[in-house]
Amino acid sequence: MKSDNKQRVKGEALLEIRGLKIEGNSDGVWHPIVKGVDLTLKRGEVLGLIGESGAGKSTIGLAAMGFARPGCRIAGGTIMFDGIDLRAVSEDEKRKLWGARIAYVAQSAAASFNPAHKLIDQTVETAVRDGLMPRDKAVADAVDLYGRLQLPNPQSIGGRYPHQVSGGQLQRAMTAMAMSCRPDLIIFDEPTTALDVTTQVEVLAAMRNIVEEFHTAAIYITHDLAVVAQMADRIMVLRHGLEVEEAPTREMLKEPKKDYTKTLWAVRKLAKEESISDDVTLSVRNVDASYSGVVKVLDNVTVSLPRGRTVAVVGESGSGKSTLARAITGLLPPTKGEILFNGKPLPRALKDRDKDTLRRIQMIYQSADTSLNPKQTIRDIIGRPLEFYHGIKGAARDRKVAELLDSIELDESYIDRLPTELSGGQKQRISIARALAAEPDIIICDEVTSALDQIVQEEILTLLMKLQKDTNVSYLFITHDIATVRAISDEIVVMHRGKVVQQGPKTQVLNPPFPAYTELLLSSVPQMDPDWLTNLLAERARAKVKA
Amino acid sequence: MTAQAPQLRSVRARRTFWENTKRTLASAPISAWFGMIVILIYVLAAIFAPWLAPHGEAEVVGKAYQPAGEQFFLGTDQIGRDLFSRLIYGARNTIGIAFLTTLLSFAIGGTLGVLTALKRGWLDQAISRVVDAFLAIPVLIFALMLLAVAGKSILNLILILALLDSTRVFRLARATALNVVVMDYVEAAKLRGEKMGWIIFKEVLPNILPPLITEFGLRFCFVFLTIAALSFLGVGIQPPTADWGSMVAESKTLITFPVRTFPWIPAPFYPAMAIALLTVAINFVVDWFLHKTSGLRDEK
Repeated sequence: MKSDNKQRVKGEALLEIRGLKIEGNSDGVWHPIVKGVDLTLKRGEVLGLIGESGAGKSTIGLAAMGFARPGCRIAGGTIMFDGIDLRAVSEDEKRKLWGARIAYVAQSAAASFNPAHKLIDQTVETAVRDGLMPRDKAVADAVDLYGRLQLPNPQSIGGRYPHQVSGGQLQRAMTAMAMSCRPDLIIFDEPTTALDVTTQVEVLAAMRNIVEEFHTAAIYITHDLAVVAQMADRIMVLRHGLEVEEAPTREMLKEPKKDYTKTLWAVRKLAKEESISDDVTLSVRNVDASYSGVVKVLDNVTVSLPRGRTVAVVGESGSGKSTLARAITGLLPPTKGEILFNGKPLPRALKDRDKDTLRRIQMIYQSADTSLNPKQTIRDIIGRPLEFYHGIKGAARDRKVAELLDSIELDESYIDRLPTELSGGQKQRISIARALAAEPDIIICDEVTSALDQIVQEEILTLLMKLQKDTNVSYLFITHDIATVRAISDEIVVMHRGKVVQQGPKTQVLNPPFPAYTELLLSSVPQMDPDWLTNLLAERARAKVKA
Repeated sequence: MTAQAPQLRSVRARRTFWENTKRTLASAPISAWFGMIVILIYVLAAIFAPWLAPHGEAEVVGKAYQPAGEQFFLGTDQIGRDLFSRLIYGARNTIGIAFLTTLLSFAIGGTLGVLTALKRGWLDQAISRVVDAFLAIPVLIFALMLLAVAGKSILNLILILALLDSTRVFRLARATALNVVVMDYVEAAKLRGEKMGWIIFKEVLPNILPPLITEFGLRFCFVFLTIAALSFLGVGIQPPTADWGSMVAESKTLITFPVRTFPWIPAPFYPAMAIALLTVAINFVVDWFLHKTSGLRDEK
């Protein structure tokens, strides 16, 4: 595998999948997940698989290794990897291929590393175990890979444990682990989805370089079009387990043929007309907050939220955006400063606030899976605030719940369902209805669309804007996604390390002149242009040279 | 629902509770069925004891140590009471008291466990350390000591055993609740301004119910065995109340004297077998339930 570089000429087919059918088992019945997909991957080529969740992307990615998740089975078709029929060979044979010739990089590096072993031991494990190289050589090679992946201190970073490095570094270490045997094929399954945009850029650049350098073929699975545009030579769009269309990246971006692909492309164009107001409903003034009492998570934060408008709070993780929400809701009483609500100071702690104040500030969470009690029906979930705040009971409550379901564009028949019987987007709608049921002045939205597909994201954002028009509610919209910010906000607050870098109207913040951090953040947002990453890296290199 | 209420239809008709139960039971293995049938028989015997038993609980109906035969199905005990009748009444007393005790221990331990998981802080520390101290002392010996201090009565027995057992329940309830209290829906309930009672019983408890129900079965067995052991030692259920533990104790001298229904089964074996059979039956059902709930648990 190390010496056959001559064979690795682009053009020869490495992986050929024909008529792939995969079924999943639920309640003892087999349902089709992938319904006949053809796929060809040449050596050294990167294929992007894109589609909403449930499209079967990850399942196909795993099938390319001849693997089916527990509860799934490969029901039909052929999978030929470099002349080997992966459906026919034994588990032992496959195990020999995995790691050595086919590697897999998962979405969550943190969950994929064993926290009890040093990075270097885990990086070289496969190469040493399979006898591909002696340990000292493998270690030297790993250090070289760390360097190529632009990890800081490549000589010593391997001595650290997974929890001692950042998420972006861990994802790169995982790529190094996948590369350690110089596989012919790497499967990247949403490798940057869990990362901040600023970190994502570095990881994307590192992964792209190393794949190019070693001429490795790759399947890149993601739901983010802009990311796949940077990575892939070809893009395949999937939906409901079927191929929608496939084309070289540039062609696909320029003129997608199918309607479904066009809708995927269109989501990023959603934008709200900015509207400014001086009628402030919530005003956070010079607030400090901290968890331990030592490190300030919020440092002199001043933010104001006008009535009936949307203020987006952006920043990478650790910037204090969610802590701001906790300070406003009273879950984390500020140590300094004050919060004015409709002109009156808001009691610091949750327990000091009266019912009416609590009613007026509602919250929607990122993960609808954990924010809806799985043991309560929709009737109880939406009905509780009605009963609790407004004393509406019995049939009147059911009627009101049905009205609310209607306003979030769900059929009233959903009233008896449990959250587990709904899709991700529907669950998030229920969370919105629960917040609306209180008839609040303010809704704090904490990354409410981050866990959703692009199309569902657009639906939720459109719904939120419609509801704002109808009820004049204010949104404090916490997000790290600039496209979402563009779509929904009137004003933007940029946060970095607990401080407010900038607050202002959307057009002002998103247009130059930028403060340094805002510029870094905005320039890191992947664009649909396939040359975006190349250009950005070149530009940043130039700026570095200048400095 | 009044006439004005909107028509609430279901897209997919939900299974009713009974349909679900039927489906679940249909998939139960033989061991679980065996367990359930045995438990059912015990419960029926306990409820209908006065009608089922041929003689009264403490009624002297014959000579002492009469062998089994036409008149007395299992013979008589040391003062001439019908052993079979006492066995049936024993089901009522032993199971009833064990059930009450377990229920009480779950009420105390479960509530405190969830409460401390929610509150954390000094309350959690205080209660947890007290519980740790309790856990360090063997139940049987501690119960013996407390019963000696408080006096032998059924009420005392229930209260003391419930208190001691609640420490075990507390640990489980707290540990499972800790995974639930960090959920956003619990935070949402706090932000809504809900009272502690609502959060404990409506938000957290339904989500930790399967492990608690399983534990209920196991704890019931332990309590039941402890009561039998205490009765055997003479500090549990007092004569003339029939109880399997004390019945074993009363007839223990006969263990080398097998002249009853079947010559090879000595008298103390009947109440002992009643205890053993119920314990095994409950464990079969609990095993199945545990398997079922852990298998059906949602992935996220």
